[in-house]
Amino acid sequence: MAEDLNWAVGGEAGDGIDSTGKIFAQALSRAGRHVFTSKDFASRIRGGYTAYKIRTSVDRVQSVVDRLDILVALTQRTIDENLDELHEESAIIYDGERSWEADIPDEMTAVDVPLKSLAEDAGGAIMRNIVALGAACEITNFDVEYLDEALEKRFGGKGSKIVENNKEAARLGQQYVQENYDLDLDYDLDTTDEDYVLLNGNEAIGMGALAAGCRFYAGYPITPATSIMEYLTGRIEDYGGHVVQAEDELSAINMALGAARSGARAMTATSGAGIDLMTETFGLVAQSETPLVITDVQRSGPSTGMPTKQEQGDLNMALYGGHGEIPRFVVTPTSIAECFWKTIEAFNLAEKYQIPVFLVSDLAMSVTEQTFRPETFDMDEVEIDRGKLVDEDEVDEWLDAQGRFRAHAVTEDGVSPRAIPGTTDGAHMSTGLEHDELGRRTEDEDERVQQVDKRYRKVETAEEQEDWDYREFGDSDADNLVISWGSNEGALREALEYLEEDDIDLRVISVPYIFPRPDLSDEIEAADEVIVVECNATGQFADLLEHDALTRLKRINKYTGVRFKADELAEQITDKLSAEVPAQ
Amino acid sequence: MSSDVRFTDFKSDKQPTWCPGCGDFGTMNGMMKALAETGNDPDNTFVVAGIGCSGKIGTYMHSYALHGVHGRALPVGQGVKMARPDIEVMVAGGDGDGYSIGAGHFVHAVRRNVDMTYVVMDNRIYGLTKGQASPTSRSDFETSTTPEGPKQPPVNPLALALASGASFIAQSFSSDALRHQEIVQEAIEHDGFGFVNVFSPCVTFNDVDTYDYFRDNLVDLQEDEDHDPNDYEAAKEVILDSDKEYQGVMYKDENSVPYHEKHGVTEDMSEIPEGAPDDAMDLVREFY
Ligand SMILES: Cc1ncc(C[n+]2csc(CCOP(=O)(O)OP(=O)(O)O)c2C)c(N)n1
Ligand code: SF4
Repeated sequence: MAEDLNWAVGGEAGDGIDSTGKIFAQALSRAGRHVFTSKDFASRIRGGYTAYKIRTSVDRVQSVVDRLDILVALTQRTIDENLDELHEESAIIYDGERSWEADIPDEMTAVDVPLKSLAEDAGGAIMRNIVALGAACEITNFDVEYLDEALEKRFGGKGSKIVENNKEAARLGQQYVQENYDLDLDYDLDTTDEDYVLLNGNEAIGMGALAAGCRFYAGYPITPATSIMEYLTGRIEDYGGHVVQAEDELSAINMALGAARSGARAMTATSGAGIDLMTETFGLVAQSETPLVITDVQRSGPSTGMPTKQEQGDLNMALYGGHGEIPRFVVTPTSIAECFWKTIEAFNLAEKYQIPVFLVSDLAMSVTEQTFRPETFDMDEVEIDRGKLVDEDEVDEWLDAQGRFRAHAVTEDGVSPRAIPGTTDGAHMSTGLEHDELGRRTEDEDERVQQVDKRYRKVETAEEQEDWDYREFGDSDADNLVISWGSNEGALREALEYLEEDDIDLRVISVPYIFPRPDLSDEIEAADEVIVVECNATGQFADLLEHDALTRLKRINKYTGVRFKADELAEQITDKLSAEVPAQ
Repeated sequence: MSSDVRFTDFKSDKQPTWCPGCGDFGTMNGMMKALAETGNDPDNTFVVAGIGCSGKIGTYMHSYALHGVHGRALPVGQGVKMARPDIEVMVAGGDGDGYSIGAGHFVHAVRRNVDMTYVVMDNRIYGLTKGQASPTSRSDFETSTTPEGPKQPPVNPLALALASGASFIAQSFSSDALRHQEIVQEAIEHDGFGFVNVFSPCVTFNDVDTYDYFRDNLVDLQEDEDHDPNDYEAAKEVILDSDKEYQGVMYKDENSVPYHEKHGVTEDMSEIPEGAPDDAMDLVREFY
């Protein structure tokens, strides 16, 4: 297992924990180290415990683990909350001059740094977190110049004075530790020549949307989806697009629908509660055959549940939400890089099949930052497929004897031609009512059956034409199979390394498509034991797979509100393998 | 846009199933004439319809159109217009559709001031669901769901619009064909959100707010030389006057700045490159 460092900064919400963590993460990334971040946060703006955790290594890291090596604690609670992850070699940086007396277990290294007064020396108490970062650099033998680069990036826009003050603050922290402590900790942070980018899942979705030509986004703020909207705002304009903060989710999805019908690539994003409101319009999107990408960044439900916690509980809603029977695709990226690529794919699928596409991500992925080689997001690889969009000339082929455009023409592949406003002779009506080929209301039995069949035939066509693939890793010949979807993939990849140490071989399948999805029946049949891993209580994906393969599967479910950790998963998999298959 | 467009080009070949005598016939004819008169044609026009007898209008007209879900027509219309500033957008619905289930959207559509036209066919009843009280029903109006009347004051849609910061507020009467057409036309030509509440009587379920009632009670602001639609205070006075029924343009903000100008939303969003934008790698480099 690679040598890695686990670092965290924690305090009260409002203490600037996020930006402190982000600055350190960027410094590490600039130094050519891999970074994987995670956040603990409460649903309050001030007065809640919050922490930003970084795992870093020269090798790739893609999961959180139960170990904390360096902790910058701005409050006692930060220490208490993390006690079970701290160990004998841990160092805790705190400010002994502050009113609280840090209660730190004896075996750990307590590094008392007068953060506030040193910050004041550098120009202002606000920089106390930067002093702590300087101290952390000293403890880990990490070149403080990388921190300088991150500070320039962060504060460059605010003028050179601010940048210089922050650099000075970091120096003072570094020096203080140098002069007052003779530490014998084993945390040398090697650097490499790699240039990495550091981004989270929501940023990857936003970037994917821009790459795919998304021009219109309407949304209503909700954790953890809002940062997609924040990313697009201020960037989409560069491409002639626009972001609207709608009055609610009902409006957001209807605005996006309007933009999509007028020919723009459009998207909306929300989380569970907002999806409930949007469900009213799903039917209309599907029935009017409008290409629309709807992103659900899942959080813990039901109702307002635990809004700042992880869960993969909306799968059934994405699959079955809405009255009547509605074809839709459900795409579920399994990594941050995939958030980018699957967003692009979602736009292509939506337009090729004129269907709503659910892009289902989750909180853990949305707030996690990870390092990637820039080529991971190679824009030359981006392909745009707008499907059967017809122009003035092509419209003619689709007119009936009276010269009316057959916008819902019954075709062999189920996909009809699409004319957008402004296209001569393409004018037509679309409606949520059942309709004929022209889009006009009908209750005729034959026409009803033809249209329902046509809409589902797109699904069959897509099943044949697209790769509804999965990713596989571990040992493909292993007797035991683990299946997962969404953000659990990273933890599973690392769990494999732990399991290997115990001589347990596993074949792992990570599935980025829920509907249509790859048929895993053969893989399930071939395995001795099959375990399905997901962050929900009931095993919604396992239900689907059991249904597909007509067999009972073992399940690992976590619904504490916290994502899986690699070491924890390894342990649970070991336990499950020897357990009985649940009774029918 | 071709100059030889006739209003019948906006007619679909579907025969309306409205009750004979329904006010919606006149409302629709006026809308089609106003569209043709302002130089539009079916291929550059998008009509969004709500749900209700009124909402069926999208079916009987010919243009690009969407007949959506109950109360949500306004957001669809705004989405169309933001993505395609080159397209003429008209949204139509009923008083239930617009002021009950869609009331929230109405307030926000008004304050966004997107350059489009909103026509509400106000029959002061729910027609399609067969005669229940609507938000504009009188407080003593007996219906199947309010046998003793709703016992609450009706919504004043014009006042709601005024309070939300509307830039164009008008009211018309569907059977006063020429005036109705002129008013809708003026709404189309207005730079911003043109809102027209149309008295469009329901001959089947409303025996109070009838053609005769409106004929006898309607005051035309055009005939009132004192009324200046650019004068906010004057507008307020007629809008809050609950003793009379007015038609005409109540309020028009000459300085109205439509959404697309304020927000710089002027590009046709339907055209996109065949791959990622040329400078897309810059998006990645931002994360260094
Ligand atoms: C979500 C939803 N709730 C209820 C209905 C039933 N519904 C259809 S039309 C209508 C009221 C229409 O009234 P109004 O807007 O005044 O139009 P009118 O029929 O009078 O023209 C209702 C409640 C529906 N279609 N959708
Ligand atoms: S019920 Fe009333 S509103 Fe509906 S069509 Fe008949 S007259 Fe018109």
